[in-house]
Amino acid sequence: MARLTIPKEELLRPGHAACPGCGPALAVRLLLKGLGARTIVSIPASCWTVIAGTYPSSALGVPVLDTPIESTGASISGLRAAADALGLEGLTVVGLAGDGGTADIGLQALSGMLERRTDAIYVMYDNEAYMNTGIQRSGATPLGAWTTTTPVSASARGKAEPKKDVMSIVLAHRPAYAATANPSFPEDLVAKAEKARAVHGARFLHLFTPCPPGWKFDSADSVAMGRLATETGLFPLYEVEDGRLKITRRYSRLKPVGEYLSRQGRYSHLTPQEVDAVQAEVLRGWVGLLRREAEAGPAHDAPSASLLTR
Amino acid sequence: MTVEVLSGNHAQSEAVRLARVQVVSAYPITPQTTVVEGIAEFVASGRFPTQFVKVESEHSALQVCVSASALGARTYTATSSQGLLLMHELLHWAAGMRAPIVMGVVNRAVAPPWALGADHTDTFSQRDTGWIQLYAENNQEVLDMVLEAYRLAEDPAVRLPVMVAEDAFYLSHTVEPVDVPAQEAVDAFLPPRQGHAILRPGEPSRLGSFTSPEDYVLFRHELAAAADRVVPTLGEVEGDFARRFGRSLGGTVVPYRCEGADAVLVTLGTASTPARATVDALRSEGKKVGLLKLRLLRPFPESELRAALRGVGAVGVFDRAYTFGAAGAVATETRAALYGERERPALTSFVGGVGGREVTPSLVRRVFDHLLRGPEEGIVWSDLEPHRELETHG
Repeated sequence: MARLTIPKEELLRPGHAACPGCGPALAVRLLLKGLGARTIVSIPASCWTVIAGTYPSSALGVPVLDTPIESTGASISGLRAAADALGLEGLTVVGLAGDGGTADIGLQALSGMLERRTDAIYVMYDNEAYMNTGIQRSGATPLGAWTTTTPVSASARGKAEPKKDVMSIVLAHRPAYAATANPSFPEDLVAKAEKARAVHGARFLHLFTPCPPGWKFDSADSVAMGRLATETGLFPLYEVEDGRLKITRRYSRLKPVGEYLSRQGRYSHLTPQEVDAVQAEVLRGWVGLLRREAEAGPAHDAPSASLLTR
Repeated sequence: MTVEVLSGNHAQSEAVRLARVQVVSAYPITPQTTVVEGIAEFVASGRFPTQFVKVESEHSALQVCVSASALGARTYTATSSQGLLLMHELLHWAAGMRAPIVMGVVNRAVAPPWALGADHTDTFSQRDTGWIQLYAENNQEVLDMVLEAYRLAEDPAVRLPVMVAEDAFYLSHTVEPVDVPAQEAVDAFLPPRQGHAILRPGEPSRLGSFTSPEDYVLFRHELAAAADRVVPTLGEVEGDFARRFGRSLGGTVVPYRCEGADAVLVTLGTASTPARATVDALRSEGKKVGLLKLRLLRPFPESELRAALRGVGAVGVFDRAYTFGAAGAVATETRAALYGERERPALTSFVGGVGGREVTPSLVRRVFDHLLRGPEEGIVWSDLEPHRELETHG
């Protein structure tokens, strides 16, 4: 029998306020198993403000600091600076922000934190819209998705623009470690959290976190929805360490993206042609990822002096 | 103690070093820049072992301080004008989280149009954020106030953030001799911050969580009660400072030749200096005038101000800013404070020195002439038409 690799310690306690089937709740439960109890978490306005519970209770077994929505990158910089100044050893500093708080209003503070090589882990839990305020589109909402601010009518087809590629923005800052993860693949998520904890420097995790009320699917299907997102190639699992990209969940054949889209009410208006367009985009992304993985190698790391003029 | 020739900005940097601040975070803005350049030099020279986080905005600068403060670090930031306005949201967070941050603010005009000169619109517009606001008249006061500010902010009775405000260029870039106390003397006056860490590693807890209306009001009421303890606590801090360093900043309101005065002018910041000289000149001419320098704007020292103005016939308030649709901000505060008095003096709001315009002795003399003409209420834009007699508007 295979050994269980997921730590037993539960740092998400009973009594949290998440919706049934909440992807962000499951993702953070697993994340904290990988990070351990000597962690401090900074949470901006987001679903997790509510999930963690109402004063005076807290559903997390670690200290939590609340901040305004755009502050996460700066907040974890402050926590790190204080931990260093006060000699608080072995403290893992974590920012836990939603996609809106990261891809939109928090992007500047995130960029600042990455550029400063802040020794902290920034986690974006991505449920692909402003879910806490009631399903408004964010920069991370995918093309064609219905939200309350991208309604569907005869002339409107949901979100008109593709999802913002936050990972590419992050990687342009050359972080010490960056990875995508998905709670439907718990061993992979926990392993990446453990790795992120062990690395020093600026680290980033992009967590894919299905949202039953926002995406309009049955709350019993959250894990299945997460698995389909990766198995279709829509949300590939990979990590980037010292500039080297490695796919951590590899498929020789991907499932058709329609299997994923057709199970969510937010895509129920899509025509077969629109599904085909999403499929083509997913395949382009997957091929691009394979190429980036193949490109990354020792030669990539050591620029030759012969490139310089003499 | 040594005497050094320092600008107001370098008085801030020196004080921050002497206070052994553990986390500094700032973003550059004219005319604050030399504060943080001074700190950067101290850090680079090895004289000041602080964590200096050079952030990408003022908003982030204050967030760094708020978060660092939650773990128990002594923190500092400095800004001015637009930068302070960008911090507005975090100003509320800092006070609400009872973070004893000290911030140097170089008072500068707010755009548009762009202007760099001294003006109090930036700090006046932050009066409702829960921060204590202290205003300096000279560079010695800047240094002393920053040291006192940490004692005040970190006092268990207070636990509120403090702004130490200095006028752009008149202080920020003007050098004066400043007594710089010895490190040991500062250490004895200001021990390390203790017992204030709200979040501790390994201890599940939460700061800032979602509250019900029933709980929210309790937090706000505690904040209000803390603000009420600022004036007495500042008195204790200043008493200790005076015993140790042999000089005193003189309390929340500092009267000058107010005995038997027919007219008293209330000032804030550097306008107090030409006003004091003018009071001397007018007194030598037999005119009964006095000056009341205000050092604390938030919380407003109501009873101290009332006591100081009791029996005065005409009060003028000189504001380096205007609260639109009302009057000078200090004038509206002063008027409100005097409402509880049985005998209320006539109060004129003088708006002057706006955007860095010079407040000259001759301008102050015209202000006093206006006050001595007789009790008259209203608002006077004293910068305008300096060669003609001032007219009352409103």
